[in-house]
Amino acid sequence: MTFSPELEARFAKLLNSYPPGRQRSAVVPMLLYAQDEIGCVTQELVEEVAHRCGVTALQVDEVIGYYSMLHRKPLGKYHVQICTNIACQAVGAEDLWAHACKNLQLGNKEVSPDGLISLEEVECIGACAWAPAIQINYDFHHQVTPEKFDRLMQALADRTYSARPS
Amino acid sequence: MRYNEPSPLEQMIISYRFDLPNPASIDTYLANDGYVAIKKVLGMTPEAIIDELKVSSLRGRGGAGFPTGMKWSFVPRNTGKPTYVICNSDESEPGTCKDRLLMENDPHQLIEGMLIAGWTIKSNKGYIFIRGEYRYLIDIVDRAIAEAYQRGYLGKNILGSGWDFDLYTHTGAGAYECGEESALLESLEGKRGIPRLKPPFPAVVGAFQSPTILNNCETYSAIPWIFRNGGAAYAALGTPKNGGTRLVCVSGHVNKPGVYELPMGFNLLRIVNEVCGGVRNGKKLKAIIPGGSSSPVLRADECDIPYDFDSLAKAKTMAGSGGVVVLDEDTDIVAVALRTIKFYAHESCGWCIPCREGTNWLKKILSRYHEGFGDESDIDLIAELANNMLGRTFCALGDAAAMPTAGFVAKFRNEFEDYLKKSPRFQPAPELAVV
Amino acid sequence: MAEVINFTIDGQKLQAAPGTLVINAAKQAGISIPSFCYYDNLALQAACRMCLVEVEKTPKLQVACTLPVAEGMVVHTDTPQVHQARKSMVEFLLTNHPLDCPVCDKGGECELQDMAFRYGAGFSRFREAKIHVDEKQWSPVVYYDAPRCILCYRCVRICGEGLGVSALGIGNRGAMAEIVPNRGDHLECDECGACIDICPVGALTSGAYRYKTRPWEMEHVGTVCTHCSNGCKTTLGVRNGRIIRANNRDRSGVNGEFLCIKGRYGFDFYDHPDRLTTPLVRQGGELKPVSWAQALAVVAKRFTEIRARNGKFAVIGSNHTTNEENYQLQKFARQVLRTSNIDHHRTGDVATLLDALQGRASALASTADLVNAKAALVIDSDLAQEQPLLAFSLRFNWRINQGHVYAVTPGPVREDNYATTVRAEPGREFEQLQLLKDRLAAEPELVILFGAAIKGEDIRRLVAFGDSLGIPVKYVALVDYSNSRGASDMGLLPDLLPGYRPVSEAGLEPGLDYDQILAATDLNALWVVGANPLSRQPLASQDAFVVVQDLFLTETAQRADVVLPAFCAYEKNGTVTNVCGDVQKLTRGPKTMGPKPDLDIIALLAKEMREDLGPTKVADVFAEIRNRVHGYNLPLVVIESGGAAQAVPPNDRIQIQSRPEVVRSAGNTLYTSGTLGRYSPMLNSVLEAPGALYHDPHIAPFVAKGSVQVDTTEKYG
Ligand SMILES: Cc1cc2nc3c(=O)[nH]c(=O)nc-3n(C[C@H](O)[C@H](O)[C@H](O)COP(=O)(O)O)c2cc1C
Ligand code: SF4
Ligand code: FES
Repeated sequence: MTFSPELEARFAKLLNSYPPGRQRSAVVPMLLYAQDEIGCVTQELVEEVAHRCGVTALQVDEVIGYYSMLHRKPLGKYHVQICTNIACQAVGAEDLWAHACKNLQLGNKEVSPDGLISLEEVECIGACAWAPAIQINYDFHHQVTPEKFDRLMQALADRTYSARPS
Repeated sequence: MRYNEPSPLEQMIISYRFDLPNPASIDTYLANDGYVAIKKVLGMTPEAIIDELKVSSLRGRGGAGFPTGMKWSFVPRNTGKPTYVICNSDESEPGTCKDRLLMENDPHQLIEGMLIAGWTIKSNKGYIFIRGEYRYLIDIVDRAIAEAYQRGYLGKNILGSGWDFDLYTHTGAGAYECGEESALLESLEGKRGIPRLKPPFPAVVGAFQSPTILNNCETYSAIPWIFRNGGAAYAALGTPKNGGTRLVCVSGHVNKPGVYELPMGFNLLRIVNEVCGGVRNGKKLKAIIPGGSSSPVLRADECDIPYDFDSLAKAKTMAGSGGVVVLDEDTDIVAVALRTIKFYAHESCGWCIPCREGTNWLKKILSRYHEGFGDESDIDLIAELANNMLGRTFCALGDAAAMPTAGFVAKFRNEFEDYLKKSPRFQPAPELAVV
Repeated sequence: MAEVINFTIDGQKLQAAPGTLVINAAKQAGISIPSFCYYDNLALQAACRMCLVEVEKTPKLQVACTLPVAEGMVVHTDTPQVHQARKSMVEFLLTNHPLDCPVCDKGGECELQDMAFRYGAGFSRFREAKIHVDEKQWSPVVYYDAPRCILCYRCVRICGEGLGVSALGIGNRGAMAEIVPNRGDHLECDECGACIDICPVGALTSGAYRYKTRPWEMEHVGTVCTHCSNGCKTTLGVRNGRIIRANNRDRSGVNGEFLCIKGRYGFDFYDHPDRLTTPLVRQGGELKPVSWAQALAVVAKRFTEIRARNGKFAVIGSNHTTNEENYQLQKFARQVLRTSNIDHHRTGDVATLLDALQGRASALASTADLVNAKAALVIDSDLAQEQPLLAFSLRFNWRINQGHVYAVTPGPVREDNYATTVRAEPGREFEQLQLLKDRLAAEPELVILFGAAIKGEDIRRLVAFGDSLGIPVKYVALVDYSNSRGASDMGLLPDLLPGYRPVSEAGLEPGLDYDQILAATDLNALWVVGANPLSRQPLASQDAFVVVQDLFLTETAQRADVVLPAFCAYEKNGTVTNVCGDVQKLTRGPKTMGPKPDLDIIALLAKEMREDLGPTKVADVFAEIRNRVHGYNLPLVVIESGGAAQAVPPNDRIQIQSRPEVVRSAGNTLYTSGTLGRYSPMLNSVLEAPGALYHDPHIAPFVAKGSVQVDTTEKYG
């Protein structure tokens, strides 16, 4: 499989990070970083990672099933993750979630037909003091009201979204 | 950056650089006491370092509050195997968002803390395990690590000591259980985050089957200050056996939620009322979840209590990871209990029976209950199932799920009972007439 | 550390070695602590939490399966608190377990049922919807029903740790966690079925057995597998005279819990529709069914006739038939037919090894030695493919007893993953051996197992090499088929009588060997018992009268003038001798009608020719063997009770002409077993190429470089 030069450089660095003979350690980071580039974990990627880390495809499969950020089907270009855990719940995350489902016409882990947006209800993302919080891909957005949410979604649709955390 | 206004009541010893321009850069760090402690420590013996830590009464900020000095003293130093220093920045306990600030705003402080640990056990390699969702922090920390290499604080022959130390970031990929130290080590080795049998503890058999120091990000971040100012000074900030300050993450129904650095033993009610400007919208306080979602809830009348490990333990709950979730009088406790157990059911690794099946069953009962199809017997069943899990699971996640669940029922049984009155009761099918 | 630890369990004062786990210490004292995930000789899991016990002075219940005994420890295994905890574990387990016991294969022998019965979680408080996942078929023989799975990880461990195959893993997480196969939706493995056997519930079921019967409807017959030379003990589940399944239920015998695919599923050839059920006699160029009386009369008449005119006889015996049958067959050949032209397909050069050892009785390794020896060396065998139990045993020895394993093989072998292995082209094995010599000599003892490439003079060279190491060395000449060793011991050889006595003692000259028999143009009669020599080459002698005893109309049977349908080993009583010389008893399982045991056929034929061959019953023939055949005077109780006793070789030189050219390995793999394998639908349903698993292009490069770390402390994988 071929990856971008940046990703290859990252892999090379990764494989050097662990003690000799411990290249298996790179499995999780490699899968996650590659998924970010490819969009999901394909069978080809499984075999590639297995090969590079000196493990069996089954050992990679086991890992994929375990970690909730690794997925075998592509998500939207923008993966919108809404935390509804207790701190966010206390300040309206469940309403925000219902609002998001309704406005985006998407259920949990569904992808919009144009592939632009996918939606997921997630567990605590470490933004509890600035709740309700969401993540769009890896960007945090804090104190998200339904109005702020709609503005963000509009920006995604208009391609004016900027990745700066707010 | 900070995401909330600081409070004048704060005592900033590990967060004081957050407000400086360019806080994460090594120049800022060096201009503000940075890498002073490691220079001092390089002249100290491991015994002296550990003694100083013991004097500081620094306790682990990851959840269990284990005395850090004692933990380091368990690491055997002459097994012939390499040793490792691991930072737990998995930060997944609901209600907790402090490690994020420490890495974002002061990564060099963390690096220096880990260097001190590394020198103590003559380790040559360290890893910062950062949860996958914190991708932007990996970039920030990687940059800081690169700077530290450039200036000779990492790499070969650090500050002429003849000692080498390499530091790397390692990402998780979405699993609360990987915050549990042994599951974290499994994850670091490229496997499913299934906890390990203990003993042996990580201190003895940790990363790559070798002796390991493993601490929380905040724990490491406190260490440079301790060695600049002395263990006694640190201890004096807090209460007996609960040294120093801690980053308290206050969320929920307060006017000014945020992360605040407060001395250990600061009164919990004062945190709500004075630091955070009181319960929002003029509502009354109903309850506080004091130390992350795993800690049993406190009723409002129980909250006048010093915020430290021992005081909260005495109140049969825990200071845990420092996540304080404040709940006002309108809060639906059943809904909070349900959301809590949903989390644990989602995060149970599935290894052992009581946690895997118990969290899942509790989630189902509470869902049904929340939807209005509960009955009287469910309340006792919830309490009993939680008790059947407690102390019987493979790792502490099972306890972390059972404790709060049992706590909600014990402290707010009346709310569970009221629920039955106000909700559309499930009508059992009428008995069939016998013809 | 103290040599023994003193502690108390349920009031009994006990002692045990340091490190003994409470669960085992209790077991030794006759106290059973329940467990699902704890399993002897597999990694500790502490996952099922069934073994919780109370330990005085510890507040929480403790897990007996990982808790070592400590001085002064006081354990209670049956308090109300313990009982309550176990009951709650069963209750938890049953929440997502489908209560389909009435149709589950495991019903009646299910550990979960037993636990529910014992701890009385008979009332369900679980009112919610169960998680349902559809059952999956992973291979022709392995089915997995996730909802029934209790996640004890026994299957994952036996496959990974036990077999070294690692075809099973764990997928998903939490309540959705389940066992997953190594190829996404299917398994690529040895198909040994160990996972099915070890499963405490009905989560893994066998394609050969599922939904066929209830366990209590079967009779359980302990016998020996009929396929390879390793001689695994197997328990046939027989219902209404038919075999329903084979497993090793009581984990006894030389193989403990091991069985390979052939042992577990490969019995199905016995009721293949092509199985011969009546004798056939050639009439007008065609084989026609006739009665036994008619067929035997034809053979007796022709044999008598040919003998009367001093015609030339030859006999090819079997490496599948019992010792009793082989013994009587050679007696028939030598006494009745008065010929030395008798041989069998020699799959290893046993006789030369015995000669080279010159009666060093202790120099032949028994099957048990393989799990105890400090070191073993394999030469020229892909053990996991060809000698499955021996491969399992060596791995077990490495894993549990820290035994060292060395291998010199032409291609990659599974032992590469844990042993010191070197590659050697055929014929260059000795060069590689020289390189290993220092390391081998440093071992306290060694067992050398060698394949058919080492034969004739090479065996003497090998023994000389063994002697040069200066340490005690034992040998195993690897052979194929279930009674190759017995065929040799019982004198199915042209120059040796039973017990390797020279034929001259019987007043005979050495006769023709296997190849010479087939090549002879002047044979008048050929009698083939349980062999298929004509599958490789035609019979040179055009006019010979050919009698064949077999199960199927093989290439050889098609050439026969008379075909006599015989029983297979599962249908017989008798004894067989495995590759290490361990003698074990066969017990008749299914009641097949039509064919006869070869022993009876031989006796009937003798009777028809009015000859006295001595005893006719199995027990009586075996008594004669014990009396007359060197090395076979074995303790009857051991054999009668289903044990194994090693036959020791003669204590002087063997007068054998070395005929290395007739020694050929059958080249059987896990999925082949000569003729029997051809008629086994189950063996033929397995798609994988033999050995595919470790010829995997992705894994192989790492294996070859030896960079794959085998981490014995790993929990799984
Ligand atoms: C289920 C579970 C989750 C945990 N998650 C975290 C975590 O996210 N971050 C953390 O620092 N410690 C976490 N811990 C605690 C760690 O196991 C460990 O005690 C801690 O990292 C040790 O560091 P300390 O002594 O500095 O607190 C968790 C423990 C459990 C049982
Ligand atoms: S308590 Fe058991 S199932 Fe739960 S996370 Fe720990 S080991 Fe896994
Ligand atoms: S609870 Fe939502 S970010 Fe922590």
